Amino acid sequence: MIVKLTLNHQEKRFDVDASETLLETLRNHDVMSVKKGCDASSCGTCTVLVDGKPMLSCSLLTVRLQNKHIITVDGIHDEVEKISTYFGLEGADQCGFCNPGMALSIYALKQMLSNPSSEDIKTFLVGNLCRCSGYQAQFKAIKRYLGDPL
Amino acid sequence: MKVVKHEIPSIDGKGIMMGHKAYTDDFAERNSLIVKVLRSPHAFAKIKKINADHARKLPGVALVLTHHDVPRKPFTRAGQGYPEPSPHDKFVLDEYVRYVGDEVAAVAAVDEKTADEALKLIEVEYKVLEPVLDFEKALNHESVIHPEEDIHEMFPIGFKPKINQAAAYHMEVKNVEESLKTCEVVIEETFYTQAQAHAMMEPHTVNARLDVQNRLIIYSSTQTPFHVRRIISQALDVPMSRIRVIKPRVGGGFGGKQALHGEMLVSLVTLRTHKPAKLVYTRKEVFESSYTRHPMRIKVKIGADKTGKLRAIDCHILSDTGAYGEHALTVFMVAGSKVLPMYNKVDAVRFHGEVVYTNKTSAGAYRGYGAIQGNFAVESAIDMLAHKLNIDPIELRKMNMIAENETSPIFAIMGEGTEGTAMNMDTCKLDYCVERGKALIGWHEKYPRQDVGNHKIRSVGMAIAMQGSGIPYIDMGAATIKLNDDGFYNLTVGATDIGQGSDTILAQIAAEALMTTVDKVIVYSSDTDLTPFDTGAYASSTTYISGNAVYKAALKMIELLKKAAAKALKVDAETIQFDGKAFSSEASESTISLIDLSNRLYYNEDQEQLTATGSYFGTKSPPPFMAGFIEIEIDKETAEIEILNYVSVVDCGTPINPKLAQGQVEGGIVQGLGMAHFEEVKYSKKGQLISNDWLTYKIPTSLDIKKLTTEFAESYEESGPYGAKSVGEIGIDTPPAALGNAIFNALGVRMTELPMTPEKIFQKLQKK
Ligand code: FES
Ligand code: FES
Repeated sequence: MIVKLTLNHQEKRFDVDASETLLETLRNHDVMSVKKGCDASSCGTCTVLVDGKPMLSCSLLTVRLQNKHIITVDGIHDEVEKISTYFGLEGADQCGFCNPGMALSIYALKQMLSNPSSEDIKTFLVGNLCRCSGYQAQFKAIKRYLGDPL
Repeated sequence: MKVVKHEIPSIDGKGIMMGHKAYTDDFAERNSLIVKVLRSPHAFAKIKKINADHARKLPGVALVLTHHDVPRKPFTRAGQGYPEPSPHDKFVLDEYVRYVGDEVAAVAAVDEKTADEALKLIEVEYKVLEPVLDFEKALNHESVIHPEEDIHEMFPIGFKPKINQAAAYHMEVKNVEESLKTCEVVIEETFYTQAQAHAMMEPHTVNARLDVQNRLIIYSSTQTPFHVRRIISQALDVPMSRIRVIKPRVGGGFGGKQALHGEMLVSLVTLRTHKPAKLVYTRKEVFESSYTRHPMRIKVKIGADKTGKLRAIDCHILSDTGAYGEHALTVFMVAGSKVLPMYNKVDAVRFHGEVVYTNKTSAGAYRGYGAIQGNFAVESAIDMLAHKLNIDPIELRKMNMIAENETSPIFAIMGEGTEGTAMNMDTCKLDYCVERGKALIGWHEKYPRQDVGNHKIRSVGMAIAMQGSGIPYIDMGAATIKLNDDGFYNLTVGATDIGQGSDTILAQIAAEALMTTVDKVIVYSSDTDLTPFDTGAYASSTTYISGNAVYKAALKMIELLKKAAAKALKVDAETIQFDGKAFSSEASESTISLIDLSNRLYYNEDQEQLTATGSYFGTKSPPPFMAGFIEIEIDKETAEIEILNYVSVVDCGTPINPKLAQGQVEGGIVQGLGMAHFEEVKYSKKGQLISNDWLTYKIPTSLDIKKLTTEFAESYEESGPYGAKSVGEIGIDTPPAALGNAIFNALGVRMTELPMTPEKIFQKLQKK
């Protein structure tokens, strides 16, 4: 089946199986920033933005995404660069497997909530699991990023 | 120090977050055959008949492997040196299946769908056997989990498979029974620790292809690339020279990737089909068919006199290694060897017990490696003793704990499955850690509890811990530094960055020694063809062992540089001064910059490649120490717990990169809190894993963490690189005991079983 969508600001046509997930489509087309950490929509490593909203690409069928706009970290390099700078400064990087997904959620958080409290931030990110960091350094980095003007 | 002890951002964090290819599966060949594994539905069974004909005939299927099609050579999946202290009790595929999820057969097909279909076409007739699911009943059970005759131990570890015993051990200093008789107070308690899942974010992943020299090239998400190469070679009978193992970035390991999981099957597929192949474990397979932490039953007796002076500690442990004996003996021993030396002033100490097989997911290496289990038991018992003696638990510890320049006979007695290595504590700032942590948590005001109304109580609890820095005389690391034109360096290390930041801190050590900056040191790790040897990322060895290797290599490089500069300046090498950027000599007017010298070396005169290799193995394993303090709020009626703050004060010598070291500690604390509070691998009555995804196996999320306070003691370990000890595991050890002690301080009930869930606390309260 042919699906037309926008991926990182570029029009794309994908020929996919009806059962193919967006995660599979992206990785099959060399978008390696989206990671597969589970099979049950429960880890957040496969997060992408669909029309601006963070969603789990492992739970989306590509055929359903006709005309949607998909963003991965590759499509918002400047913002991810900023986020990663703060992660670096706070020592929040460890294995990094959660980081691209986390970065997209953080970016979306900044777009969607103004002046979020610590609890708001934690609640927003509850679906992005990280087994390495203990989260604290990540929160510090996120707060610094949110403090930057949009 | 200009680079070491500075907070330098991880050298690859940015590239990873920006989405560049980094992990094993990112490098799989596009046309890889997809490997899938048929797994046992039974906890224990013998395969009577297996028919793969239909699967083989399915279009798109390239290969099906059953136990009839693979070499039969016992090996261990544990990557832990050679000869291993783990029994060789595993086959690539076997006629027996020993836990739900054990490998029955493998298929390789053009795509996932076909592979899945092929799995369904394999007909297996099982003779279902009575499984051993209760580890306390495993010894001498009528079911023998490993009846096969061809398995063996590599050296004596107490391996008695006919009674389901994977290993056993006994040691005693003086006479514990006698000593206990003379004690005025004796605490006796039995503790249980559970199986914990590693739950690293990146699943076990491997892919393979043949290169133009027809060699097997494997990318593996592993902590131990050199062990992977050796074990594949041994188990599949392929010369080691025909195998190259590349470890790209690893998405977390925690011990779970200190073993081979899909490597054998994927290698066989590529060797037989000559096609690239790949296997990415499903999350269910990660939970069900990789590793867990060894569950243990720990019986502790601690005796003291009235003043609180400890006289004797007796520890008997029964450990559950599951279906295979990976790390069976060594994890068990660490439960003693990295716990008991903390109380080095006792007259007598005994540590003994057995490690048994059961029909469950195999247990293996897991951050803490036994120390967290032992710590929970001993540090809980110490608080029980304090309570009985009516002494503040901190004061009791201060009277009895190990201090700088002291030693413990245990270091010499207990090693890596064998004898240990005597050593003095040249650095031990436990006293500072305890005092500082006490102040940071506000012990004075908060101990033991405050009623804050609304049926809520706030309380504090604490524990101390030690770990190690590599395994003396066994763990080895090596590093090669190469000078390039334009005056920058390559640093190649066998050390394995699995997310702990070793590439960054090793670059820092090299940059410090070479008097340059981190951007001038290009790190590459690890690749069995290209990088020097390293035993791997485990046993808290990288900073200390591999770091020392890097340091030695850098010093050698400086010598080579000075010699080359002396030639250029036509003076004696002894007279050369080098400041990292330029060379000068009192014997000459002229100077030469590093850039000019390196360009001269590669383009102009006296051409020569400068390369220096350093290698290191420890002659001791200086322990990092820490004190952990927890503050909780607990609901008296529901026993719901909120963790308000966790204070860690750590002596890891010099933290090479304080922010990354803090990340190691805090990541460990949170994993330890997960184990203490709610993480639990659960099985059904038939031995099926119930907790096989992140909904049924909960790990801490962003919401579970309120506040972590982490500090480092000023400490300088002479034998470490720039005074460093290791720091990868120590963070995980204290949370179970600290939380248990805080619960006691709040409610007066002693938790003896992990995890300490509200339900279990509630039940104890009912019985009180
Ligand atoms: S891969 Fe885990 S949520 Fe999508
Ligand atoms: S950094 Fe490893 S999972 Fe988050």
